[in-house]
Amino acid sequence: MKFKTFAAFVGPSIFLMLVFIAWPLANVLWQSFHVTSVKFEQSEVEVCTPGFLTSTCTVEVRMQPILDSYGDPVTETKFVGWQSYRNVLEPARFLAGLQDLSWEQVMVIDFWKALRFTLTFTLITLPLVIGVGLLIALAVNNAIQSLRGQIIFVSLLPFIITPVIGALSIRWLFVGDGILTAFLEWLLKADIAMLANPWTLELLMMFYRVWHVAPFAFIILYAGLQTVNHDTLESAVIDGASRFERLRFVTIPHLMPLIIFIALIHLMDSYRVFEEIVGFSSQAHVISLQWLTYDLLTPDDAGNRAISRASASAMLTMIGIVVILIPLLGKTWRDHKGVS
Amino acid sequence: MRFFKLLAVGAVALNSGGAFAGCAYENDVPIKSLSAGFEAWKAVTEAMAECGNLEAELDQEFRTKQPAAFAADPSLYHIGGVSNGTFTPLFDAKTIRPLDDLVAKYGQQLKPNQLIRVDGQTWAIAMMVNAQHLMYRNDIFADLGITPPTTYEEFLAAAETIQNAGVVDYPVGGTYKTGWNLAQEFVNNFFGHGGDFFDDNNMPTINNEAGIATLELMKALTDYMDPEYLTSDSTYVQQQFQQGKIAMSNLWASRAAAMDDPNESTVVGKVTMAGAPQGPGGTASTLWWDGIVIAANISDDATDAAFRLAMEGMDTDMVTANNDAAVWLIDGYVAGPAAAGAAATAASGARPYPSLAAMGLMHTALGSGVSDYLTGAKDATTTLADIEAEYLTAARDAGLIN
Repeated sequence: MKFKTFAAFVGPSIFLMLVFIAWPLANVLWQSFHVTSVKFEQSEVEVCTPGFLTSTCTVEVRMQPILDSYGDPVTETKFVGWQSYRNVLEPARFLAGLQDLSWEQVMVIDFWKALRFTLTFTLITLPLVIGVGLLIALAVNNAIQSLRGQIIFVSLLPFIITPVIGALSIRWLFVGDGILTAFLEWLLKADIAMLANPWTLELLMMFYRVWHVAPFAFIILYAGLQTVNHDTLESAVIDGASRFERLRFVTIPHLMPLIIFIALIHLMDSYRVFEEIVGFSSQAHVISLQWLTYDLLTPDDAGNRAISRASASAMLTMIGIVVILIPLLGKTWRDHKGVS
Repeated sequence: MRFFKLLAVGAVALNSGGAFAGCAYENDVPIKSLSAGFEAWKAVTEAMAECGNLEAELDQEFRTKQPAAFAADPSLYHIGGVSNGTFTPLFDAKTIRPLDDLVAKYGQQLKPNQLIRVDGQTWAIAMMVNAQHLMYRNDIFADLGITPPTTYEEFLAAAETIQNAGVVDYPVGGTYKTGWNLAQEFVNNFFGHGGDFFDDNNMPTINNEAGIATLELMKALTDYMDPEYLTSDSTYVQQQFQQGKIAMSNLWASRAAAMDDPNESTVVGKVTMAGAPQGPGGTASTLWWDGIVIAANISDDATDAAFRLAMEGMDTDMVTANNDAAVWLIDGYVAGPAAAGAAATAASGARPYPSLAAMGLMHTALGSGVSDYLTGAKDATTTLADIEAEYLTAARDAGLIN
């Protein structure tokens, strides 16, 4: 292909990637090293607020933002180096915790607590999603032709549901007076509070994620199963291979590129776990890295938000995703080179 | 919001033969308002909508939208619904205007305690007050021979008695949802212990005896709550009450009317309102107001029309038709039993919630920090030290301290 034709094809997409990916990323990187703050002046003012029948007037010292001639608050942006990263990572406290070999001491720091959960969540759900997806795919593949359409439709349903809505519906099943909790309480004759324990919460969140994403793995693996070479399978049968051996030595190697693809997508998605935290309101017990960024960005009643720390946290999340993807990307790269 | 307009039309149709007098004039300037979505705001915006040309947005996320929407030129909304807390960012950025001239023109009926004055100027018009106060099941208290608690010692003792009697699932309901709600409970009880959040230089002063005692009291209360208390917000506690699952709680006055709503509640007439319990250093509650502000970046015509419309929505007719929806400050309000708790709380000297930029940061730090003590992840001093550290980091970034 001539370079000009190539450029004409690729150009628009590179342009869009620059505008919508590279530029925002550079922006976030810049913000994570700078802090923009409003300039305040102190003034003593009388403030009157209503009591039930009378007003209460008090003289208080207020910090008022200084306004410029256009009526906008005067802001000051300064370079702060790694300070926002330090505020997020709390390295001194982290190292002190490591020195004391104290897990609890490290786990009280928001970032490390979030990282611990994010990694556990990602690494435990990954094999489950692939495993359950493969099981459904095999089951559908072996179901009678006339039922397949319906089974595929039903299996895909969890994937179609909006994530937050799905998380909320699971939460409502298991909340203190939910249907399933009531059933379990009746069954076990015990008072159950699934949302009050970190581990039951984490279990529920992982269960939800597997339930939600397994259909995605299923549909891709099911497509892959249609291309398995039937001659190889038949010869394996003639060689006396059992059902499991055929799966282990013929089907799975054939599906391997797809499994790696699903793993890549799932790692990227679940490292950004967020809907579960909001859906199950688990903030008190369990938080994730993405939620941490969101929390820093949410303005409080007075309108303050920690943009610099949120940017630092977002950069750290991105770096985490890259690190976690390296082994898989490396394998894909080696396979690619091996083929070409 | 088309949906709301329909709702308003429906309400007008329903009320056409009743107490609603309709609007005294025809509003011909298109006006938009943004406020919270609870019962009182529905009543006020419906009354305003009768004059026509109002697009009312009732959105619980109003607090995140308002600062940016009012900073636009022209402002995206004319009327804003605010409370003590959400008033601060608009006032600090001066995206709302002083109302004294408008009050003189259209607001003769306003009572002095409706005018929110800062530094001699009126910046907002309050329509109602709100506070967290004691609500209890009078039937259970009578059966067990408990007198309504006035202090937290009595509150805990009553909870113990109810727990032992086993008449409800959980004796106490608490708005302890991590985040804003939990922080608000800390603020209530910290004031109850006579604490102050800041010194004169905006430095935090919570890591002290009052702070520790506050945390210990909160933890003691959780023993009598649904174990999932860290996910329970005001609506959840209200439902627990309505379904007869709890016997007492320190809940918002704006939720009082719902206890006697026969469509939702199984405990109609059985919930009594009383003043918030006393801590060792004061009333364990804060006073809040809700009211309207007018945007600065709008034309003079629109300013006039918006304020006039707001006054029409906050008039005596509206209060008469919605007497129990809130503890109104507006003329014509008849304080019923639902308001008794808020009145007693205010009378016992509860402090107004401090509407300061620093308090916003402190509230956020408390909201994410307090739960670490309740779950047992940290001890009291570490929890408070971490909250102070979090506040200091945020306050430095915001430029409030050096």
